[in-house]
Amino acid sequence: MPLVKNGALAADPFVALDDDAALPDGPVIVSAARLLAEGPALVARNGEIGVAWPNDKDVAELQPFLSRLSLITLTFPKFRDGRAYSQARLLRERYGYKGELRAVGNVLRDQVLLMVRAGFDAFALEKAADAEVFGKAVATYSVFYQPTGDRRPTVRDARTAQAATGV
Amino acid sequence: MYVYDEFDRTFLEERVAEFRDQVARRLSGELNEEEFKPLRLMNGVYLQLHAYMLRVCIPYGTLSSQQLRALGAVARKYDRGYGHFTTRQNIQFNWIKLNELPDAMADLAKVGIHGLQTSGNCIRNTTTDPWAGAAADEVEDPRLYAEVIRQWSTLHPEFTYLPRKFKIAITAARHDRAAIRVHDIGLRLHQRDGETGFEVMVGGGLGRSPFIGKTIKDFLPKEHLLSYLEAVLRTYNLGGRRDNIYKARIKIQVHEMGAEAFAAKVEAEWAEIRDGALKLDDAALDAIRDRFLVPDLDALEDQPAELARALATDAAFARWHSNSVAPHKAKGHAIVTLSLKPVGAPPGDATADQMDAIADLADQYAYGEIRVAHEQNLTFPYVRQKDLPALWAKLQAIGVATPNVGLLTDIIACPGLDYCSLANARSIPIAQKLTERFADEARIADIGRLHVNISGCINACGHHHVGHIGILGVEKKDEEFFQITLGGKGNSKARIGELIGPAVAESEIVDVVERLVDTYLNLRTSPAETFVAAVERLGIEPFKERAYAPR
Repeated sequence: MPLVKNGALAADPFVALDDDAALPDGPVIVSAARLLAEGPALVARNGEIGVAWPNDKDVAELQPFLSRLSLITLTFPKFRDGRAYSQARLLRERYGYKGELRAVGNVLRDQVLLMVRAGFDAFALEKAADAEVFGKAVATYSVFYQPTGDRRPTVRDARTAQAATGV
Repeated sequence: MYVYDEFDRTFLEERVAEFRDQVARRLSGELNEEEFKPLRLMNGVYLQLHAYMLRVCIPYGTLSSQQLRALGAVARKYDRGYGHFTTRQNIQFNWIKLNELPDAMADLAKVGIHGLQTSGNCIRNTTTDPWAGAAADEVEDPRLYAEVIRQWSTLHPEFTYLPRKFKIAITAARHDRAAIRVHDIGLRLHQRDGETGFEVMVGGGLGRSPFIGKTIKDFLPKEHLLSYLEAVLRTYNLGGRRDNIYKARIKIQVHEMGAEAFAAKVEAEWAEIRDGALKLDDAALDAIRDRFLVPDLDALEDQPAELARALATDAAFARWHSNSVAPHKAKGHAIVTLSLKPVGAPPGDATADQMDAIADLADQYAYGEIRVAHEQNLTFPYVRQKDLPALWAKLQAIGVATPNVGLLTDIIACPGLDYCSLANARSIPIAQKLTERFADEARIADIGRLHVNISGCINACGHHHVGHIGILGVEKKDEEFFQITLGGKGNSKARIGELIGPAVAESEIVDVVERLVDTYLNLRTSPAETFVAAVERLGIEPFKERAYAPR
């Protein structure tokens, strides 16, 4: 399963941990339950921490940990289950999360642009072929109507700019 | 009407290119049908019983003559020479080939229309009053806000994979001609202390579990429209049910949480975003308002001599005028409805030749603008009263002047089992037989206002729940039967019709409807009491007795 990070293929240094596994050195991903239960001990550890957050749990609960988390994975069990789009926007736009936000699960090329717009910057793509066309997929559109967390200029911004220059 | 600017046009071209690529991947086998399905659905492409169907979005039902000609050209070039106007102000083509779809979309994109978001679990076409901008009883033209919503909802990154489809309707008139209370969100534009805002209703809808929308905000100032919608949609996207497709609409979430709890959740979410980037300042609204072409209507007087003469001398014209012509907010003008419900034909269909002719008439008599009404008729919103006699003659010549608007034979029907893979029963033949039984124009005029709605299955695309007479096709032992409800209404006093008893066989349904109508004629206090008013006064009992009497 190829990982694309900030637009390019990347190695994944993170290791997913079972809830009862001992903590190794190096970057790890823990479950939401483990983070909430052992949070302070986990973040005090020397090594990057990531969390696998389910799509039916309020991301507001992550707030106390956000500054210490290096990675949050949000899941698309099926690509048509779009809850993680809202979660991503809340994490980026409301709670100010700056670390890696990774889409996992049924992540396909036809949705990655929407994910980028919602604030994802890393994608565990299901198909190798989709990694090859990632750059093309996120360039499908040049015009965007909604202001979202990726801070792209919207059509409204473009119209305002046009009106200002009188073009 | 709203004229696309370079940004709108670029977006559509990019959409066409994206879909062309997706179709190519499907044809090459890179995508299987399961993977392709949601992608084609987002572009309005269904796989029906016999062929692919393309549903083209007509934003809030407004078409230019040029766009209508383009629809006619698509019907002629890629389909079998006709199209079907839907209850959501869109049009469907039933016989399109997959490999030709991208070209059809490209042809439509050249005139600014597309199949975008006419299916799939996304925000669908925002519908509105077909008389918007022309109605005498309107506070303000609601299309400005419908266009604001169109732009905001177009490929919204957060709301493209909702639990289920999402429909918004907006009205700004005293009479609700957009059935806003049976939409996921209904918006009623009104004014308070000189300020424009909206009453917001959520959780209306038909289908298997019909609900009337509940008001969660009495007055939302207009600058907050998008932030509030975003708060509602986010609440739904995160909390709506995804475990059962039949319980996934927002109406179930609202029902299960209770409207008050739902409203509180929305309010809390909205408090976080209301003063953010979605706030609509005057400049943002003006930028969109400025792109609406509003016809420069002539200064005219009401009841010109040409009209008065025709009304006095031509009974057929007078009948059509009293039925199909509505008052306009501008003096000397009128709103004209073109009936797509001729006797014996499928409701809402128009041929390519009719579309061309209607486009020409719109140019000649109606400032080049056409509307699609949710009743599956077309409307010319700006006609000079003095032109009405000449226009009538030409509408008659192309078969769109049946004086049955709002009457018994102005039937709303879904495509039914003739086309649809979901249907249990055929709708179109029932509609055809009813129009034949009630072909006498004087008779239906005497019966008066009566909405008959037919759905071929429980999904209720024919809105049978809100028909004064609702007919629902069901399957019993491989045979088509029809349930009948009475007293439904889709307007501001919306209510769900009441089932009168056991389903009847296809061979009996027309007789049963006729007996219901005769019962009304016998029992009405005067011709001023409409069918639905009589049902409300009397209850369904007297109708029920007579409907089944001869069995």
